[in-house]
Amino acid sequence: MRHVSLYEPSLLHSFAEWLDSHAWSTALIESLWVWPLLESTHVLTVMLFVGMLAMVDLRLLGFAFKEAPVSHLTSRILPWSVAGFVVMVATGLLLFYSKPVSYTHNVWFRLKVVLLIAAAVNAWMFHRRVSRDRERWDSQPKPPAAVRMTAAMSLGIWASVIVVGRMIAYNWFECRGGQPAFIVWAAGCAAELAE
Amino acid sequence: MTWCESFGWFDTYDAWEQSWVGVAIRESLWLFPGIEAVHLLGLAMLGGSVLIVDLRLLGVGLTAFSPARVQASARWWFLGSLAVMLATGVPLFLSEAVKCCFNDSFEVKMAALLLAVIFTYAVRNPLARRAVTANGEQTAAPGAMPAWLLQTAGAVSISVWVTVAAAGRWIGFSG
Repeated sequence: MRHVSLYEPSLLHSFAEWLDSHAWSTALIESLWVWPLLESTHVLTVMLFVGMLAMVDLRLLGFAFKEAPVSHLTSRILPWSVAGFVVMVATGLLLFYSKPVSYTHNVWFRLKVVLLIAAAVNAWMFHRRVSRDRERWDSQPKPPAAVRMTAAMSLGIWASVIVVGRMIAYNWFECRGGQPAFIVWAAGCAAELAE
Repeated sequence: MTWCESFGWFDTYDAWEQSWVGVAIRESLWLFPGIEAVHLLGLAMLGGSVLIVDLRLLGVGLTAFSPARVQASARWWFLGSLAVMLATGVPLFLSEAVKCCFNDSFEVKMAALLLAVIFTYAVRNPLARRAVTANGEQTAAPGAMPAWLLQTAGAVSISVWVTVAAAGRWIGFSG
Protein backbone atom coordinates (compact mmCIF):
# COMPACT_ATOMS: atom_id res chain seq x y z
CA MET A 1 0.00 0.00 0.00
CA ARG A 2 1.23 3.48 -0.86
CA HIS A 3 2.48 5.41 2.10
CA VAL A 4 0.09 8.27 2.75
CA SER A 5 1.61 11.20 4.59
CA LEU A 6 -0.38 14.00 6.15
CA TYR A 7 1.75 16.51 4.23
CA GLU A 8 2.98 15.72 0.74
CA PRO A 9 6.50 17.11 0.32
CA SER A 10 6.30 20.28 -1.73
CA LEU A 11 7.75 20.59 -5.21
CA LEU A 12 10.39 22.95 -3.82
CA HIS A 13 11.34 20.43 -1.18
CA SER A 14 11.57 17.58 -3.67
CA PHE A 15 13.74 19.71 -5.94
CA ALA A 16 16.04 20.57 -3.01
CA GLU A 17 16.26 16.89 -2.05
CA TRP A 18 17.19 16.04 -5.62
CA LEU A 19 19.96 18.67 -5.67
CA ASP A 20 21.12 17.45 -2.29
CA SER A 21 21.55 13.94 -3.64
CA HIS A 22 24.21 15.14 -6.11
CA ALA A 23 27.76 14.08 -5.27
CA TRP A 24 28.98 17.60 -6.19
CA SER A 25 26.65 19.19 -3.67
CA THR A 26 28.11 17.03 -0.93
CA ALA A 27 31.67 17.64 -2.14
CA LEU A 28 31.07 21.40 -2.00
CA ILE A 29 29.73 21.54 1.55
CA GLU A 30 32.43 19.17 2.81
CA SER A 31 35.31 20.93 1.09
CA LEU A 32 37.84 22.50 3.43
CA TRP A 33 38.72 25.46 1.20
CA VAL A 34 36.26 25.81 -1.66
CA TRP A 35 33.19 26.54 0.47
CA PRO A 36 34.86 29.23 2.65
CA LEU A 37 36.40 30.81 -0.48
CA LEU A 38 33.01 30.83 -2.23
CA GLU A 39 31.32 32.34 0.81
CA SER A 40 34.07 34.95 1.24
CA THR A 41 33.82 35.92 -2.42
CA HIS A 42 30.04 36.23 -2.02
CA VAL A 43 30.48 38.53 1.00
CA LEU A 44 33.37 40.61 -0.37
CA THR A 45 31.63 41.22 -3.69
CA VAL A 46 29.13 43.31 -1.72
CA MET A 47 31.80 46.05 -1.90
CA LEU A 48 31.61 46.05 -5.69
CA PHE A 49 27.96 45.21 -6.31
CA VAL A 50 26.12 47.12 -3.56
CA GLY A 51 28.94 49.65 -3.17
CA MET A 52 28.80 50.79 -6.79
CA LEU A 53 25.00 50.58 -6.88
CA ALA A 54 24.81 52.73 -3.73
CA MET A 55 26.97 55.40 -5.41
CA VAL A 56 24.51 55.53 -8.33
CA ASP A 57 21.54 55.62 -5.93
CA LEU A 58 23.14 58.44 -3.91
CA ARG A 59 23.51 60.41 -7.15
CA LEU A 60 19.85 59.77 -8.02
CA LEU A 61 18.87 60.98 -4.54
CA GLY A 62 20.92 64.13 -5.04
CA PHE A 63 23.24 63.26 -2.14
CA ALA A 64 26.53 62.72 -4.00
CA PHE A 65 28.28 63.44 -7.31
CA LYS A 66 25.64 66.11 -7.97
CA GLU A 67 27.78 67.84 -10.58
CA ALA A 68 27.87 64.66 -12.72
CA PRO A 69 25.00 63.88 -15.12
CA VAL A 70 23.08 60.78 -13.99
CA SER A 71 23.86 59.15 -17.35
CA HIS A 72 27.59 59.47 -16.63
CA LEU A 73 27.16 57.30 -13.52
CA THR A 74 24.81 54.82 -15.17
CA SER A 75 27.23 54.35 -18.08
CA ARG A 76 30.54 54.42 -16.16
CA ILE A 77 29.69 53.04 -12.69
CA LEU A 78 26.61 50.83 -13.08
CA PRO A 79 28.45 48.27 -15.31
CA TRP A 80 30.84 47.60 -12.38
CA SER A 81 27.87 46.95 -10.17
CA VAL A 82 26.42 44.58 -12.80
CA ALA A 83 29.76 42.73 -12.93
CA GLY A 84 29.58 42.37 -9.15
CA PHE A 85 26.00 41.14 -9.44
CA VAL A 86 27.09 38.38 -11.85
CA VAL A 87 29.68 37.19 -9.30
CA MET A 88 27.03 37.39 -6.56
CA VAL A 89 24.58 35.23 -8.50
CA ALA A 90 27.23 32.69 -9.51
CA THR A 91 28.63 32.27 -5.98
CA GLY A 92 25.14 32.46 -4.46
CA LEU A 93 23.79 29.66 -6.65
CA LEU A 94 26.79 27.46 -5.81
CA LEU A 95 26.31 28.16 -2.10
CA PHE A 96 22.64 27.21 -2.41
CA TYR A 97 23.64 24.06 -4.29
CA SER A 98 25.91 23.07 -1.39
CA LYS A 99 23.05 23.03 1.16
CA PRO A 100 19.77 23.09 -0.82
CA VAL A 101 17.42 21.45 1.70
CA SER A 102 18.65 23.55 4.62
CA TYR A 103 18.34 26.83 2.68
CA THR A 104 14.96 25.91 1.20
CA HIS A 105 13.57 25.66 4.73
CA ASN A 106 15.40 28.70 6.12
CA VAL A 107 13.05 31.63 6.78
CA TRP A 108 15.85 34.15 6.25
CA PHE A 109 16.74 32.61 2.90
CA ARG A 110 13.07 32.69 1.87
CA LEU A 111 12.80 36.32 2.94
CA LYS A 112 15.95 37.08 0.96
CA VAL A 113 14.40 35.58 -2.18
CA VAL A 114 11.29 37.74 -1.67
CA LEU A 115 13.51 40.83 -1.26
CA LEU A 116 15.46 39.91 -4.41
CA ILE A 117 12.19 39.79 -6.33
CA ALA A 118 11.25 43.19 -4.88
CA ALA A 119 14.66 44.54 -5.94
CA ALA A 120 14.13 43.18 -9.46
CA VAL A 121 10.68 44.82 -9.71
CA ASN A 122 12.12 48.12 -8.44
CA ALA A 123 15.01 47.99 -10.93
CA TRP A 124 12.57 47.22 -13.73
CA MET A 125 10.38 50.17 -12.68
CA PHE A 126 13.40 52.45 -12.76
CA HIS A 127 14.75 51.37 -16.13
CA ARG A 128 11.45 50.91 -17.99
CA ARG A 129 9.25 53.59 -16.48
CA VAL A 130 10.99 56.18 -14.34
CA SER A 131 14.05 56.81 -16.51
CA ARG A 132 12.06 57.19 -19.74
CA ASP A 133 12.30 60.98 -19.55
CA ARG A 134 15.86 60.99 -18.25
CA GLU A 135 17.07 63.71 -20.64
CA ARG A 136 14.84 66.13 -18.75
CA TRP A 137 16.50 65.59 -15.35
CA ASP A 138 19.84 63.99 -16.30
CA SER A 139 21.85 67.03 -15.19
CA GLN A 140 19.63 68.13 -12.31
CA PRO A 141 21.51 67.98 -8.99
CA LYS A 142 18.31 66.62 -7.42
CA PRO A 143 16.18 64.47 -9.80
CA PRO A 144 12.34 64.35 -9.54
CA ALA A 145 10.60 62.65 -6.61
CA ALA A 146 9.71 59.49 -8.59
CA VAL A 147 13.38 58.95 -9.41
CA ARG A 148 14.49 59.59 -5.85
CA MET A 149 11.81 57.17 -4.67
CA THR A 150 13.18 54.25 -6.71
CA ALA A 151 16.73 55.10 -5.57
CA ALA A 152 15.63 55.09 -1.91
CA MET A 153 13.78 51.81 -2.48
CA SER A 154 16.88 50.32 -4.08
CA LEU A 155 19.09 51.32 -1.13
CA GLY A 156 16.53 50.06 1.39
CA ILE A 157 15.90 46.75 -0.34
CA TRP A 158 19.58 45.93 -0.91
CA ALA A 159 20.44 46.90 2.67
CA SER A 160 17.71 44.49 3.80
CA VAL A 161 19.12 41.79 1.52
CA ILE A 162 22.52 42.19 3.21
CA VAL A 163 21.05 42.03 6.72
CA VAL A 164 18.74 39.10 5.97
CA GLY A 165 21.52 37.34 4.05
CA ARG A 166 23.78 37.49 7.10
CA MET A 167 21.02 36.02 9.27
CA ILE A 168 20.75 32.90 7.08
CA ALA A 169 23.74 31.53 9.02
CA TYR A 170 21.78 31.57 12.29
CA ASN A 171 19.51 28.62 12.97
CA TRP A 172 17.08 30.16 15.45
CA PHE A 173 14.14 29.31 13.21
CA GLU A 174 15.17 25.97 11.74
CA CYS A 175 12.55 23.24 11.36
CA ARG A 176 12.40 21.39 14.67
CA GLY A 177 9.86 20.73 17.37
CA GLY A 178 8.61 23.67 19.42
CA GLN A 179 8.76 26.36 16.73
CA PRO A 180 5.77 28.76 16.60
CA ALA A 181 3.13 27.97 13.97
CA PHE A 182 4.12 31.06 11.98
CA ILE A 183 7.72 29.83 11.63
CA VAL A 184 6.58 26.32 10.69
CA TRP A 185 4.48 27.90 7.94
CA ALA A 186 7.09 30.45 6.79
CA ALA A 187 9.89 27.90 6.62
CA GLY A 188 7.70 25.28 4.97
CA CYS A 189 8.64 22.88 7.73
CA ALA A 190 5.68 20.61 7.05
CA ALA A 191 7.25 19.51 3.77
CA GLU A 192 10.53 18.69 5.46
CA LEU A 193 9.01 16.93 8.43
CA ALA A 194 6.75 14.90 6.15
CA GLU A 195 9.77 13.03 4.80
CA MET B 1 52.17 32.35 17.36
CA THR B 2 50.14 35.54 17.20
CA TRP B 3 51.49 38.89 18.34
CA CYS B 4 48.97 38.78 21.16
CA GLU B 5 50.60 35.56 22.43
CA SER B 6 54.19 36.63 21.75
CA PHE B 7 53.91 39.97 23.46
CA GLY B 8 51.79 38.67 26.33
CA TRP B 9 48.67 40.72 25.62
CA PHE B 10 46.31 37.93 26.67
CA ASP B 11 45.38 39.43 30.04
CA THR B 12 44.49 42.74 28.40
CA TYR B 13 42.35 40.99 25.75
CA ASP B 14 40.72 38.93 28.49
CA ALA B 15 39.89 42.09 30.45
CA TRP B 16 38.35 43.58 27.31
CA GLU B 17 36.22 40.49 26.84
CA GLN B 18 34.99 40.89 30.45
CA SER B 19 34.01 44.54 29.81
CA TRP B 20 30.30 45.28 30.08
CA VAL B 21 30.00 45.74 26.31
CA GLY B 22 31.63 42.38 25.63
CA VAL B 23 29.49 40.62 28.24
CA ALA B 24 26.25 42.25 27.03
CA ILE B 25 26.88 41.16 23.41
CA ARG B 26 27.79 37.59 24.42
CA GLU B 27 24.71 37.23 26.61
CA SER B 28 22.35 38.41 23.90
CA LEU B 29 21.03 36.20 21.11
CA TRP B 30 20.51 39.09 18.70
CA LEU B 31 23.22 41.66 19.43
CA PHE B 32 26.16 39.91 17.74
CA PRO B 33 24.29 39.09 14.50
CA GLY B 34 22.67 42.53 14.50
CA ILE B 35 25.95 44.42 14.92
CA GLU B 36 27.56 42.10 12.35
CA ALA B 37 24.83 42.97 9.86
CA VAL B 38 25.45 46.70 10.32
CA HIS B 39 29.20 45.99 9.96
CA LEU B 40 28.38 44.44 6.54
CA LEU B 41 26.24 47.46 5.53
CA GLY B 42 29.28 49.59 6.37
CA LEU B 43 31.42 47.28 4.22
CA ALA B 44 29.18 47.90 1.21
CA MET B 45 29.37 51.68 1.63
CA LEU B 46 33.09 51.59 2.36
CA GLY B 47 33.60 49.46 -0.76
CA GLY B 48 31.62 51.91 -2.88
CA SER B 49 33.36 55.04 -1.59
CA VAL B 50 36.83 53.47 -1.93
CA LEU B 51 36.29 51.83 -5.31
CA ILE B 52 34.73 54.84 -7.02
CA VAL B 53 37.93 56.82 -6.36
CA ASP B 54 40.31 53.93 -7.10
CA LEU B 55 38.58 53.12 -10.38
CA ARG B 56 39.00 56.75 -11.38
CA LEU B 57 42.70 56.60 -10.46
CA LEU B 58 42.98 53.51 -12.67
CA GLY B 59 41.56 55.57 -15.53
CA VAL B 60 38.08 54.04 -15.62
CA GLY B 61 34.86 54.97 -13.82
CA LEU B 62 33.90 58.66 -13.69
CA THR B 63 36.38 59.79 -16.36
CA ALA B 64 34.50 63.04 -17.08
CA PHE B 65 35.86 64.28 -13.76
CA SER B 66 39.32 64.60 -12.31
CA PRO B 67 40.41 62.14 -9.61
CA ALA B 68 40.57 65.19 -7.31
CA ARG B 69 36.85 65.91 -7.77
CA VAL B 70 35.82 62.26 -7.40
CA GLN B 71 37.88 61.98 -4.22
CA ALA B 72 36.33 65.17 -2.82
CA SER B 73 32.80 63.87 -3.56
CA ALA B 74 33.43 60.45 -2.02
CA ARG B 75 35.29 61.82 1.01
CA TRP B 76 32.45 62.09 3.52
CA TRP B 77 30.87 58.79 2.44
CA PHE B 78 34.23 57.13 3.03
CA LEU B 79 34.65 58.73 6.48
CA GLY B 80 31.05 57.93 7.39
CA SER B 81 31.36 54.27 6.45
CA LEU B 82 34.74 53.99 8.20
CA ALA B 83 33.06 55.39 11.33
CA VAL B 84 30.27 52.77 11.05
CA MET B 85 32.89 50.03 10.64
CA LEU B 86 34.77 51.13 13.76
CA ALA B 87 31.61 51.71 15.81
CA THR B 88 30.44 48.15 15.04
CA GLY B 89 33.85 46.46 14.75
CA VAL B 90 35.07 47.45 18.21
CA PRO B 91 32.04 45.93 20.05
CA LEU B 92 32.29 42.76 17.92
CA PHE B 93 35.95 42.49 18.93
CA LEU B 94 35.18 43.10 22.62
CA SER B 95 32.64 40.26 22.58
CA GLU B 96 35.26 37.71 21.44
CA ALA B 97 38.60 39.32 22.31
CA VAL B 98 40.07 36.08 23.72
CA LYS B 99 39.38 34.24 20.48
CA CYS B 100 41.00 37.13 18.57
CA CYS B 101 44.15 36.81 20.70
CA PHE B 102 44.82 33.43 19.07
CA ASN B 103 43.47 34.31 15.63
CA ASP B 104 45.99 35.04 12.85
CA SER B 105 43.30 36.47 10.56
CA PHE B 106 42.37 39.07 13.16
CA GLU B 107 45.96 40.30 13.36
CA VAL B 108 46.35 40.30 9.58
CA LYS B 109 43.16 42.34 9.40
CA MET B 110 44.32 44.88 11.98
CA ALA B 111 47.72 45.25 10.32
CA ALA B 112 46.11 45.62 6.89
CA LEU B 113 43.60 48.14 8.28
CA LEU B 114 46.39 50.27 9.73
CA LEU B 115 48.24 50.07 6.42
CA ALA B 116 45.07 50.87 4.45
CA VAL B 117 44.25 53.98 6.51
CA ILE B 118 47.85 55.25 6.39
CA PHE B 119 48.12 54.59 2.65
CA THR B 120 44.77 56.28 1.98
CA TYR B 121 45.61 59.46 3.86
CA ALA B 122 49.38 59.68 3.32
CA VAL B 123 49.63 58.55 -0.30
CA ARG B 124 46.44 57.93 -2.25
CA ASN B 125 44.36 60.97 -1.28
CA PRO B 126 47.23 63.48 -1.65
CA LEU B 127 47.97 62.00 -5.09
CA ALA B 128 44.30 62.12 -6.10
CA ARG B 129 43.99 65.73 -4.95
CA ARG B 130 46.88 66.72 -7.23
CA ALA B 131 45.29 65.00 -10.24
CA VAL B 132 43.11 67.91 -11.24
CA THR B 133 42.49 67.37 -14.96
CA ALA B 134 39.83 65.06 -16.30
CA ASN B 135 41.25 63.96 -19.63
CA GLY B 136 43.97 61.62 -18.39
CA GLU B 137 46.74 64.08 -19.27
CA GLN B 138 47.46 64.81 -15.64
CA THR B 139 51.09 65.57 -16.43
CA ALA B 140 49.94 68.67 -18.34
CA ALA B 141 48.66 70.36 -15.19
CA PRO B 142 51.15 72.16 -12.98
CA GLY B 143 52.28 69.95 -10.13
CA ALA B 144 50.17 67.06 -11.44
CA MET B 145 50.87 63.35 -11.35
CA PRO B 146 51.82 60.91 -14.10
CA ALA B 147 49.08 58.37 -14.93
CA TRP B 148 51.16 55.35 -13.91
CA LEU B 149 51.56 56.73 -10.40
CA LEU B 150 47.81 57.26 -10.01
CA GLN B 151 47.11 53.79 -11.39
CA THR B 152 49.55 52.23 -8.94
CA ALA B 153 47.93 54.12 -6.05
CA GLY B 154 44.48 52.91 -7.15
CA ALA B 155 45.61 49.30 -7.48
CA VAL B 156 47.40 49.32 -4.10
CA SER B 157 44.37 50.91 -2.42
CA ILE B 158 42.01 48.25 -3.79
CA SER B 159 44.44 45.50 -2.74
CA VAL B 160 44.87 46.63 0.86
CA TRP B 161 41.16 47.30 1.45
CA VAL B 162 40.18 43.93 -0.04
CA THR B 163 42.82 42.32 2.21
CA VAL B 164 41.20 43.97 5.24
CA ALA B 165 37.78 42.64 4.21
CA ALA B 166 39.02 39.14 3.31
CA ALA B 167 41.02 38.73 6.52
CA GLY B 168 37.98 40.00 8.40
CA ARG B 169 35.75 37.33 6.90
CA TRP B 170 38.40 34.73 7.61
CA ILE B 171 38.29 35.47 11.38
CA GLY B 172 35.02 33.55 11.41
CA PHE B 173 36.44 30.55 9.54
CA SER B 174 39.58 30.16 11.65
CA GLY B 175 39.94 29.29 15.33
